[in-house]
Amino acid sequence: MEVIQLLISGTSQGCVYGLIALGFVLIYKATEMVNFAQGDIMMLGAFFAFTYISILEFNFFIALAATIVTMAALGALLERTILRSMIGEPPFSVLMLTIGLGFIIRAVAGAIWGNEPRSIPTPYAGGVLSYREVIVGYENIVIILGTLLICGFLFLFFKFSRLGIAMQAVSQNQLAAYYLGVPVKRIYSLVWALSAIISAVAGILIAPVSLISPLMGFIGIKAFAAAIVGGFGSLPGAIIGGLIIGIVEQFAGLYLPTGFSDVSAYVVLLLMLLIRPQGIFASMQQKKV
Amino acid sequence: MRFIKKISYEQDVRLFQHEGQIFWYSLLVMSVLIAPALLDTFYIGELSLVFIYAISGIGLMILVGYTGLVSLGHAAFLAIGAYTHACLLAVGVPFVVSMICATFFSALIGGLIGIPALRMTGIYLAVATLAFASIVEQILTHWVSVTGGFRGMAVELPRVLGVELYDAVPFYYLCLGILVVCLLLALNLLRSPMGRAMRAIRDSEIPARSMGIHLAFTKTLAFAISAGFTGLAGSLLAHRIGYLAPDSFTLLISIQLLIMVVVGGLGSLHGVIYGAVFICFLPQIIAIMRDFLPTAIARIPGLEPGIFGLILVLFLIYEPHGIYGRWLKFRHYFEQFPLYRKAAHKRQKSYLRTERLR
Repeated sequence: MEVIQLLISGTSQGCVYGLIALGFVLIYKATEMVNFAQGDIMMLGAFFAFTYISILEFNFFIALAATIVTMAALGALLERTILRSMIGEPPFSVLMLTIGLGFIIRAVAGAIWGNEPRSIPTPYAGGVLSYREVIVGYENIVIILGTLLICGFLFLFFKFSRLGIAMQAVSQNQLAAYYLGVPVKRIYSLVWALSAIISAVAGILIAPVSLISPLMGFIGIKAFAAAIVGGFGSLPGAIIGGLIIGIVEQFAGLYLPTGFSDVSAYVVLLLMLLIRPQGIFASMQQKKV
Repeated sequence: MRFIKKISYEQDVRLFQHEGQIFWYSLLVMSVLIAPALLDTFYIGELSLVFIYAISGIGLMILVGYTGLVSLGHAAFLAIGAYTHACLLAVGVPFVVSMICATFFSALIGGLIGIPALRMTGIYLAVATLAFASIVEQILTHWVSVTGGFRGMAVELPRVLGVELYDAVPFYYLCLGILVVCLLLALNLLRSPMGRAMRAIRDSEIPARSMGIHLAFTKTLAFAISAGFTGLAGSLLAHRIGYLAPDSFTLLISIQLLIMVVVGGLGSLHGVIYGAVFICFLPQIIAIMRDFLPTAIARIPGLEPGIFGLILVLFLIYEPHGIYGRWLKFRHYFEQFPLYRKAAHKRQKSYLRTERLR
């Protein structure tokens, strides 16, 4: 029973990692930029939701929609104002730029909302589902369902919508897509918007489980580990990697001495790099000469 | 304006390109040597910190500026160097031997991390080093019998060949001497085939590989060398702070080291020195600034990291070549004085260079 309990809580935690990793992989695939500020964008999303729900007292679903719109605008704005100028710069300068952005976002959030942890009231908080000895909180179920919903939406979006196919084209070959009339710059902004939305939803989903604070963005680091374990640049890989890391973390927390649960994600990452560096779903290849 | 006449191939790899450089560098060395006689003890201490940061900056510059890889976990190597040195001193190993051991141990660990992390693209190294730094932080906290855990451990006073160096001035000369040795080592490394291989990898991997450079080996070696320099800096830092605790080696320190090389100027050893000066005095400038700002702003919890982030972003967008690059432009302006043209340093429009196959 204990095992099932851990599996479920690990899955729900892993889904959040997976969602953040998804946002990060989306940006990487389309623009070849590595966004280290993804966790902080998630934090910002959670705080916007907090503002709409607790301060402005919107209905939960209206607040959700408002958060999504705000974060989409913010993501696109970030791309347009700051990252657009970095196209063509070496990858490590983009990487460091996003690290710097993360620090700025954290300081700004600390200035606006303060550093004490807060919680978002949700309509589903507090309820539990119990079957024999397994007790699962509604919030965990909502996380898993929400992740499934987003994955389904993304699958349909990339498979059938014009915009989704254009995004795929840009991620496969920017120049060819440009020649075929795809507005590459606009697609970049939209990809950032989409990724910010996914992170914001992840932030709202995780808010009832772990409180929101400006420092919650650090779980983004585990999401990177997840993305690499799953195979850098693969969308299903991001979710699978997230699940692996979430579940391993829960088991390490219970069966191993203290301290191991915090680093288990990183140990998994380093082991993965040793055994299968391209990740579970290998999508990156080294160029051969 | 000086024109250098090239009459032999060896000229390109000389340490000093012309007599003017020899003059200015010897002037610099003289002024640094007599500095303790003129300055207050506080500033001597700060200058030795600048030297220590510069040593680790050399390591990071070799990695970031010359090989084009990013490490987000160099604080871990500072920690490894510092703790190894402190532990060896505690069991009675002589100072010099212990420092060399700390350097090589850091380099070894760096190599071991580099082997798995560098088989793929550079981003893997960034994430792997981040992971590694978190693991090291946990080890430092939980391995109480060796590191003292949260309570930390005291570092013995430095004693080189029987001479105690606990005063600020002898320690200053120790740091200065090691910095000069490190600079010479780095200069020699960079003009050797290995250094050119690293630069080739930074500029483009496929041509480098076509020229017969073993990518994974060169990158791993570069990372190990970088870790070694940082470990050496760590062993000096251990004496500077005197009491080691895990919270002296956090992610923020790694980021500060990165900011140091970016702000100083990527791809130049001059930049390391500028960056080290910058990074040592910035916290004090921020502290002074806090007094002038309205309390509401000055009390923001993450103000200092935020300012660090802002500076990093501004430099990356507006001056990717850092302080040193700005200085070069400044000098160019005066050298060419009436003939200076704005377009000389205009940044070229660049396009996405893909690193992927599909």
